[in-house]
Amino acid sequence: MKADPKGVLTGSHTLLGNHACAEGALAAGCRFLGIYPIVPALEVSQRYLERAPALDATFIQMEDEVSVLAAVLGASWTGKRAMTVTSGPGMSLMMEHLGLGVMLETPCVIVDVQMTGPGLGIPTRPAQGDIMQSRWGSHGDYEVIAFAPSSPQEMFDYTVKAFNMAERYRTPVAVMADEYVAHLEETVTIPPADQIVIEPRRYYNGPPGKYLPFKRDKDMVPPMVDIGQGYRFHVTGLTHDDRGYPIMFEECQEYNVHPLVRKIRDYADTIVEVQEARTEDAAIIVVSYGSTTRAALKAVEQARASGVKVGSLKLVTVWPFPEKRVAELAKQAKAFVVPEMNFGQIVNEVERCSYGEANVFFVPHGDKGVENTDDILAAINRAAHESAVKDGVIEGV
Amino acid sequence: MATAKTAKAEEVKKTTGLEEIHPMEDLLRMDRMPHIWCPSCGIGLAVTAFTAALEKAGLDPNMVSIVSGIGCTGRVAGYVKLDSFHTTHGRPIAFATGIKVGNPKLKVVVFSGDGDLIAIGGNHFIHAARRNIDMLVICVNNFIYAMTGGQVAPTTPLTAFATTSPYGCVEPPFNIPYIADSSGAVYVARWTALHIRRLTKSITEALQKTGFSVVEVISPCAMYYGRTNRLGDGLDLMRFYHDNVEIRHGEDTKNLDIGFQTKIVCGTFVNRDRPSYMERYNEWAAKAKGATK
Amino acid sequence: MKLWRKPFDADTIKIPRGEIHIIKDRCKGCSFCVEYCPKDVLEMSEEFNAKGYHPPFVARPDDCLECHLCEMLCPEFALFVTLREDVTVGKEEK
Repeated sequence: MKADPKGVLTGSHTLLGNHACAEGALAAGCRFLGIYPIVPALEVSQRYLERAPALDATFIQMEDEVSVLAAVLGASWTGKRAMTVTSGPGMSLMMEHLGLGVMLETPCVIVDVQMTGPGLGIPTRPAQGDIMQSRWGSHGDYEVIAFAPSSPQEMFDYTVKAFNMAERYRTPVAVMADEYVAHLEETVTIPPADQIVIEPRRYYNGPPGKYLPFKRDKDMVPPMVDIGQGYRFHVTGLTHDDRGYPIMFEECQEYNVHPLVRKIRDYADTIVEVQEARTEDAAIIVVSYGSTTRAALKAVEQARASGVKVGSLKLVTVWPFPEKRVAELAKQAKAFVVPEMNFGQIVNEVERCSYGEANVFFVPHGDKGVENTDDILAAINRAAHESAVKDGVIEGV
Repeated sequence: MATAKTAKAEEVKKTTGLEEIHPMEDLLRMDRMPHIWCPSCGIGLAVTAFTAALEKAGLDPNMVSIVSGIGCTGRVAGYVKLDSFHTTHGRPIAFATGIKVGNPKLKVVVFSGDGDLIAIGGNHFIHAARRNIDMLVICVNNFIYAMTGGQVAPTTPLTAFATTSPYGCVEPPFNIPYIADSSGAVYVARWTALHIRRLTKSITEALQKTGFSVVEVISPCAMYYGRTNRLGDGLDLMRFYHDNVEIRHGEDTKNLDIGFQTKIVCGTFVNRDRPSYMERYNEWAAKAKGATK
Repeated sequence: MKLWRKPFDADTIKIPRGEIHIIKDRCKGCSFCVEYCPKDVLEMSEEFNAKGYHPPFVARPDDCLECHLCEMLCPEFALFVTLREDVTVGKEEK
């Protein structure tokens, strides 16, 4: 399915990251935005509101973040593509409904423009402190898909991807931006509508009496219906069977929750997206995501110029984490360098997936704002030096 | 007529194994009967009134969606055969707001309990009323948190016992019609589960109204409120309603407080018209669309 | 009932009679129907249903006026009333 041309602002524009996100949503067919105001995310709704009337798109500002995600879930069941944008404190409030969205298997997009935390933090400065929360924040077992844009162009692209993933896997999807990329203004190239691929919602087309809201297709994703089509379905957040009726015993827990996890975990290979640069012969690999990638790539170039065999692994999807690729690279490389705007989140995943085959050097920037090239370069050089020492070879590595 | 009834009866017999078919069965999920509510619980009566009102109001059941929260009354969504949602505690109104704004052609009903709607859900209650979102809220008030074992609720009368007020409730209760009225609801009524005909009529009126409507149903909870306060079983509570309810239509909602075993004022208190959320929103959208052309 | 002034159309009034159908196994013995029937048609029985409750039984079937109050006051959807087609009472019983 191709994008609706009405919603696509084809052309080359200088756009604020948040504005590009709104454009991405509209291009992907989003026609319902619910928000609660929070500083790093404000411009998304402002842009959306400018464009909404011409597209008959709906908007509502709810009374808090808790109700906003509930409203987004409700709107999704009316057939609309629905999104909300928030930042750290709002993301924390949305955790219960993230779980409900997972359990009801409702497609929707949550954009978290991360700010410095914890608590009230600094609403006007960037961080990457919610990455683990986006994966584990709600109670219980589930999988999540999350993207990390590093430029206004990617704010556009990854928001479109997020909507497609949400519809494809019938699940909430997060876009983990940060205040830096949200307020960056750069050129964004928006292609013509017929070049933007949109994943259509998988609908059930059978007779009303026979619809089972959670009867899964072969890929473990159940087809959906809209409210008002005469199916008279029931869905509950309680552990349920195919009919959507609550069955609160362990056997049903396995029947219900296991596919929620597996429908994403088993297809991780198709979902995970990374961008590699110069990893073929790299002894050091810099793993980065989000706006940190900008500094990381520069550091890689500079290190290469001075002779260090370093490559870059940029995470397009932070979740599911590219476990297989990291494990492979760990066998080839001597060390990973992981810069993050936090005190250690994805670095733990890198360490876990190295299975001891490579050292991991963490470049924390939880308290220093946006990563700078020098810190990463220093870490790369330290990694290179220490690896050389370990090998018994000391050269101008 | 007879053949259709026999055919229907045969179908119901297959799912329930019973000989008779109840006239309401096409709006109930008969494959889940009998329901989980206790003997002499009033929630079943609220559902009876609702299904009868739905038929009387002449709405197309395919275009009605029902959202419940958590609690005994929260289970209603699971027993009514409409597009129904059983959502998180306190948030059915927010969920229903998304449904209504997402597809304004639908009629949305929120059917939940006093704790769910006015304690954890209090904020969403007043905001949906303020916005005048076109939805009907049926609040079954049994003065207690029954599903979790009888804890005190914001509607538990002063001095009443509950598992979290073992020496008597020390908090004055909310007056739900007053909150609804002052937040801007266009239709506010209170009935008990005993006043089943008037309750049905009220719900019928509310279903035909555009705007935020609240119908409070005072309901007997024999297992927790009744037992903990030595008030007898559901029948004793119904007898109490019979002897102690005063019907005062149009009464000022601030006079509707309920004390412990005091009189209960019922009636239709508010019935007015205000522009609904979608009316105002569509006006703005049309103006904005015209301006961008 | 004694009428002081007999309406001219008294002979044409038809008082409906109802037939009560009780779905015994759904009953939970709350006895609302028994308590609130305006003609005391129902009484609680001594028998047990599948769940161990005492369902009601129709003690005075001819007194039922098809008012449906028992049907509406049953929380379990366990009884309903249909109109008896075979009975028409034209005149008031003196």
